[in-house]
Order: sequence, then C-alpha cells, then structure tokens
Amino acid sequence: MSLTRVDMPDAHGHFGRFGGQFVPETLMPALEELAAAYEQARQDPSFDEEFRYYLKQYVGRPSPLYFAERLTRQLGGARIYLKREDLNHTGAHKINNTIGQALLAKRMGKRRVIAETGAGQHGVATATVAAMFNMQCVVYMGEEDIRRQELNVFRMRLLGADVAPVTSGSRTLKDAMNEAIRDWVTNVRTTYYLLGTVGGPHPYPMLVRDFQTVIGVEARAQILEQEGRLPDCIVACVGGGSNSIGIFHPFLDDPVRLIGVEAAGHGIETGKHAATLSAGQVGVLHGALSYLLQDENGQVLEAHSISAGLDYPGVGPEHSYLKDSGRAEYVAVTDDEALEAFQLLTHTEGILPALESAHAVAYAAKLAPTMDGDKIMIINISGRGDKDVPSISEARGKRSEAGESLMKT
Amino acid sequence: MIEKQASAGTRIDRERVVDAGFRSETAATGSGNRIDAVFDRLRLKGRKGLIAYITAGDPGYEATADLVLAMERAGADLIELGVPFSDPMADGPVIQQASMRALAGGTTPAGILGLVRCLRRQTQVPLLLMTYYNPVLHYGLAAFAADAAAAGVDGLIVPDLPVEESGPLLTELQQHRVYLIPFAAPTSTPERLARAGQLAQGFIYCVSLTGVTGAREGLPPGIEEFMQRVRVCTDRPLAIGFGIASPVQAALMSKLGDAVIVGSAIVSLVEQYAAEREMMLQQVSALVGSLKQAISQVD
Ligand SMILES: Cc1ncc(COP(=O)(O)O)c(C=O)c1O
Repeated sequence: MSLTRVDMPDAHGHFGRFGGQFVPETLMPALEELAAAYEQARQDPSFDEEFRYYLKQYVGRPSPLYFAERLTRQLGGARIYLKREDLNHTGAHKINNTIGQALLAKRMGKRRVIAETGAGQHGVATATVAAMFNMQCVVYMGEEDIRRQELNVFRMRLLGADVAPVTSGSRTLKDAMNEAIRDWVTNVRTTYYLLGTVGGPHPYPMLVRDFQTVIGVEARAQILEQEGRLPDCIVACVGGGSNSIGIFHPFLDDPVRLIGVEAAGHGIETGKHAATLSAGQVGVLHGALSYLLQDENGQVLEAHSISAGLDYPGVGPEHSYLKDSGRAEYVAVTDDEALEAFQLLTHTEGILPALESAHAVAYAAKLAPTMDGDKIMIINISGRGDKDVPSISEARGKRSEAGESLMKT
Repeated sequence: MIEKQASAGTRIDRERVVDAGFRSETAATGSGNRIDAVFDRLRLKGRKGLIAYITAGDPGYEATADLVLAMERAGADLIELGVPFSDPMADGPVIQQASMRALAGGTTPAGILGLVRCLRRQTQVPLLLMTYYNPVLHYGLAAFAADAAAAGVDGLIVPDLPVEESGPLLTELQQHRVYLIPFAAPTSTPERLARAGQLAQGFIYCVSLTGVTGAREGLPPGIEEFMQRVRVCTDRPLAIGFGIASPVQAALMSKLGDAVIVGSAIVSLVEQYAAEREMMLQQVSALVGSLKQAISQVD
C-alpha cells in the first residue's frame, strides 16, 4: 500500500465546506508543525517503509477478508465477506492509526503522547505503541466509559499508560476529547496529541484517514483476488468515522455502494442516540465543521449508544462531505439491533464482533436478504467483542428481566 | 445559515478585502466603537486598563447585570461576558463549572443579548462577548452580528476561531462595527503575530501562557519576551489574560501591556457567594477595586 495523495482536503483541511481548524491560537502553530511534518514524512519513502514494516510484523497485516458462508446462507441474499480488523494486534483497526502517528511523533521528537478514548480501543492502541516506542502516555477517558470498559482500562494501565478519568460533562468520549485538548494546549511544546479518529482539526482527519486506508486498499485487492470483481456494497460502522473512511476511501471512484452505520441508541425518535449524520445539524466541535448533535442554542447534546466507541455527538468532516455529495449513505441501527447482530455473528460464524462493529452487521443483516445471491457485500469488522462481554451480559440481564430473550437466533 | 466555505484561494482574498476595509476604518480614532474610546482615554491619561470577565447567567441574568454595574463602579474599564458553551475546551475548571451552572439555569445566546440591551440603558462600559464559535454559527452569523450590534455589544472574543477561519464572521461583524478581537499566544510564529497585528480591531488578546483559563501564581516564564514580540507587530493596545488572579500579578503584568484581563478569580467569588447577592457584589467589587488600584500604581 502507499499513502495515497488525494485532492481533498484543501491546504487548511476543508472537505467542501466541512473540516477546517477551529482551535485556540495556541494550538495553530502546533497544527502547522504537524501538517508540515506529515507532508515531509509522506515524501520520504523510508517513512512508508517503516509504517508498512510495523503493520506487517507487529499488527499482523494484511487482515483476512473472510467469506462468511454460514451468515450468507442464513441471511439468504448477497455473498457476505468480513474484513477482519478484529484480528489485528490489540483487537481493532485503531492500531493502524496509532502506529502511523507514533512514527510521526518520533520523527517530530515528541516523547510524550496523549490520547482520548471512548471504548478504550484507541487508548489501548496508543498505550501499546507508546510502550513499544518508549514514550510517556496519558489517556483521557470519561468516567462513564471507564465503568463500561473496565477490561481496557486495566490493559492500558498494564501497558504503562496513565489513564486520567474525566468527570466533566457527560463523562464520555466528547469530554475526554475536551480534556485531551486542554492538556495539549498546556503542554503543546513537548506533547504529541494522538487523536483516534478522522475528526478534530486539520490535519488529523486527513492523516488518520491516510493511515486507515490500508483497510480498503487490502480489501480491494483481496476481493478482486477472491471474486474477480469489486463488491456491490461495503458496510461499516461510524463513530468518529475512521474505520469506515479507511475501508471506503480506496473505493470512492468505483461503482460500489458505501454505507455508514451510526448508532441509533434507544431509537432516533427518543433523542437518545448517536446518529450524527442521520439526525444532526452542521456545527463546530473539537476543531472541525461537520454534522453535530446540538440543541436549538448550539449546545452540544449528549450522545447515547450501548457502544462506547460510537457514543460521540460529532463525526469526521469527510463523512459530512460524502453525505452531502451523495457518495456515501448513512443509516442508523438501535442498541437492540446491534445486540441481536452480535449474537447472530457469534452463533453463525464463531466471531465475537465489537459492539461498534455489530452495528454494521445489524444493517448488513437487513440489507443482504434484499440483494440477489450473485451480489457481493463486505462488512468491516472493525474490532473484536471481548471488551464488550460485561456490557453484553449486563444488557442481557436487563432483557431477560423484561421477559425477552436474546437467544432467538 | 452557515456561510458556504469557498475554496482556499477565495477565502484568502476575502480576508484581504476585509483586512483593508477595517484598517482604514480604525486607523483614525473616532471609530465609534466604545472599545477604542476607552483605550484612547486610558492612553491619554497614561493609565492601564482592567478587563473583567464573568460568565453570563451565573447565577442568573439579574446577578450578571448587577455584577456588570458593580464591576464598572469598582473600576473595570471593559467587561467580558462569557457565553456558556457545553464544551469549553479553552477553559479551566472554574469557568467550565460556571458555564455548566449557567446552562443549567437556562442561559441562552438570545437571553444574553437581551441582558446586554437592558444594561445599555444604564452603562456605556464596553461590553464584549466571549463565546465559542458554535453558538454563534448556530444562531446565524449575520443575525448574530446584527442582533449583537443592536443590543450594544462592542466586540466578540471567539477562542476557537483562528484567523484562518474567521473570514465569514468578520465580514458580518464589520458591517455592524462590532469588533472581532484576535489572539496572540506564546507559541504564535512571527508570521502569525504579524497577521494578527494587521487584522487587529480594538485590542489584541495576549494569552500569557500555554494553557487554559484559570488562576495561577506568579508570572509565566518568557512573558516579557513574548509581549515584546507582539508589540512590534501592531500599534493596537495589548491586553494580557489567562492566569492573572491577584493584584500583585496584575500590577506586574500591566507593565508589559496596556490592559490586564481577570476572569477565573472573579468567577470563583461569584461561585462562592452565589447564594448571598449583596455579599457577592461586595466581594467582587473589592477584588476589582484592588486589581484596579494595583495596576494604577505602576510607576
Ligand atoms: C472496534 C471499534 N470500531 C469502531 C469504533 C468507532 O470509531 P471510528 O468510527 O473512528 O472507526 C471504535 C471506537 O472506539 C472501535 O473501538
């Protein structure tokens, strides 16, 4: 693979009217420095070489593109392939980005990295590369997420990271990001902010995308090899949007339907959801202009999702652009649908998807039966579900109290 | 509601046009903006200015109005009203919590503009709104500029809006002679400082340290050198803010600039005495008075 040069964004990070750099002046020089360092790295073949080396030897890439035969049969429609990002070292696609950015931090001579995390997957992936590259690491995490993702908190601490609980606001990912930005403003000269998704100010949406496009580049080559043709559609979950942009991007110029699946939480009509593109309005949060969940006064709303990694009221600006331009479609599935899909994939394929990825599976399970048997669908399994086992058993407990059963597959 | 962002090229051209436009307007005194009038008066008297910040709506609009009038009487030369935002990424804990209290109390941008309208019947002190960009964007840039001007707002301070992104708002504000105050930070490159210096309306907000708002002790390292770097870039007044809490600090800092900005230290008193209005006004007045006295005694 290579870091593809694309014509988006422009020099200040605009994807059409979206994106940009809405940050305090103190950080602007740091963003300029980062953009320059990245530009230089992109032109340096040894950077790409080193990146590829770690992806292969450390992450275990390429991740398989697996034909899900039983799932395909059970759903009775399109032939379904799973892009297995869950098999990466640390269990999710997040490591692709943290390897890339850690290499960049190293080039820039920064020995302290900070990160925000929701599900803890990005935090674990950051703590992991910090251990490997011998960097000091602080991970900001909302108290609510610390409760939901105990296992990942423990993993980060084992890896030597300092997990800083965030008690402001909704105590989830957006507040963790506020706190990470505050740390960065304070320690900007010595610290590298290792942002975990394709959000935030330019150049993050661009560079995180570029590091994650390895998913789509591989998937494209793999499907061509296995099926001799491109897929008809690709389905991926959207939190901030990094795994989805990573798999979509190399297919942008192909006749392939791209479908992003957001978290509808309790249902969009209840207001308790995280479906930013489906139900938000354009606004500015965390440095970028994009769709945003906000109230009538422009205050950011708390998102809701059973999946901590999707529980974010914003979304990366390139997705807003892809939505408005019509190139990608965005849909939403509820907590309950995601839980059912978790069960479905576990029972049919013996694969525990992350609750985030289960959202993609849930929509795929609705769509596949409407497609002919000669059609091809790829679902991005962005991560594995081990971290979610406690939340799932909690949710199942609640459901069986309510007299329902999750075991209906 | 939101300005369609043109390509980078067009945006830069627009900034140039805007830049040329207001420089000619403010080059001479008598711009009609209260901020210029106050800084002109201070300069003539050889005095330093005190800019006091409180979060609007904490603990209620009426208290905010009382505080503005009390702070003016106690010696504040300009007053900043914080528009509370759900995600105040440039603020430390004190202002974060004040913002949450104000939002919980139902404070809105429209309500704050109403408050300013009422205050304008009683005072001519320059009033600036310190607001994150999203509430303004959501209100509508043109509508906000028009309503702010009509209410009697003199300037906007938008901490998450660097010059690169400020074109659309600047265009609207300029039509109403409301200023957009630029920032200078210790990390700003010479090119960035030069640009801020050229674009500056009213004054330049010099962030004394790399960090968020909040009281600190002593003087930040490198502050003198930083202020000198800003000074050579502009003939506009320089106001220093972030971390200034005590009269001693204010006195030292005021030597380096034309005004000092004090926020969290005042907001802490508002929080502490929220339940006793008279006591709150007395305490805040006493702090503002001692800050003003401290910066006035500079030789
Ligand atoms: C496994 C997994 N998938 C998806 C996401 C959502 O992030 P993004 O939309 O950036 O891929 C996360 C975030 O934590 C995650 O851990």
